[in-house]
Amino acid sequence: MHDVNNIGPRVILWFDEGPLKGLYITETVFWTLIVAAGVIVFALISARRLTRDPHGLQGVAELIVEFTYNMVTNTMGKRCIGFAPFIGALFLFLLFGNALGLLGFRPITADMNTTFALAALVFFLIQYNSIKSRGIKGYLRHFCEPYPLMLPIKVIEEFTFPISLSFRLFGNILAGVIIMALVFSGLGYLSETVLRLPIPLLEAGFPLPLNVFFDIFEPILQAFVFSMLTMSFIAKAIASHEEH
Amino acid sequence: MSNVTPEAFVLGLSAIASAIVMFVGFGVGLGQGLATGKAVESIARQPEAKGDIMSTMFAGLAMTETSVIFALIVALVLLFANPLVGKL
Repeated sequence: MHDVNNIGPRVILWFDEGPLKGLYITETVFWTLIVAAGVIVFALISARRLTRDPHGLQGVAELIVEFTYNMVTNTMGKRCIGFAPFIGALFLFLLFGNALGLLGFRPITADMNTTFALAALVFFLIQYNSIKSRGIKGYLRHFCEPYPLMLPIKVIEEFTFPISLSFRLFGNILAGVIIMALVFSGLGYLSETVLRLPIPLLEAGFPLPLNVFFDIFEPILQAFVFSMLTMSFIAKAIASHEEH
Repeated sequence: MSNVTPEAFVLGLSAIASAIVMFVGFGVGLGQGLATGKAVESIARQPEAKGDIMSTMFAGLAMTETSVIFALIVALVLLFANPLVGKL
């Protein structure tokens, strides 16, 4: 499965000469594009012929959309319903990106670049919405509330949120990848050296409970947590202004 | 002791340090257990608020988990990308 000694993402394509010299593409980039394209293609196919009584793929898509809108309404309130498409896209992308381990590939969120890019996106979204709802003056003033002495703490608080958000996702998924790799190499060693089987037979079946936990349960939970925290922080950036 | 190279000494101590760092899991496990226990209590008292309690609990657990995730990152850096060996 994964190599225990080299836990970083593999480089699958690189350029030695020409104008693109020094550029390389890791499997993370490759699978990110595939997951994004898969989600887009699913959306296009399921919304191709919309009917009054949904059946087939349209039913699945309506289920997802309804779930997302319910989640956003419950967490952020009715007036932030415009964020639902963004949150839904984030949730689906994270869900399928985390669950790539189910197919035996490296989850794209086990790469710090992916999680930091997503956290930076969320960070700028929060700052933009904060400025938009407070105005530049109010935005600068809210760092000095309730006391101007709080300024450094408030600034640090703004910056620790994306860092902890990205590290949380990365750490959880990478821990799953490492544990799966250790289990697979251990089972392979057992079946080859101790039981002297010609093929690593123990690797079939035994890791199934771990697969269920790390490749089905954990992806859903982490995608949910990431979108949940994103929602609550955007809502906080908008709402704390309108209360007073 | 004379045949232990400085690199091996640093790497060995780093391995011990990464094990010690993961002791954070003790406190975080305690805290998460307490939080989940309280959530179960409140669901038993008010079963109709189960959805709200569950989502709040998961968000809280995720925030609690941050410290153990940072510990994991430190342990992984010490094991796989040790910055101390290069300083010798």
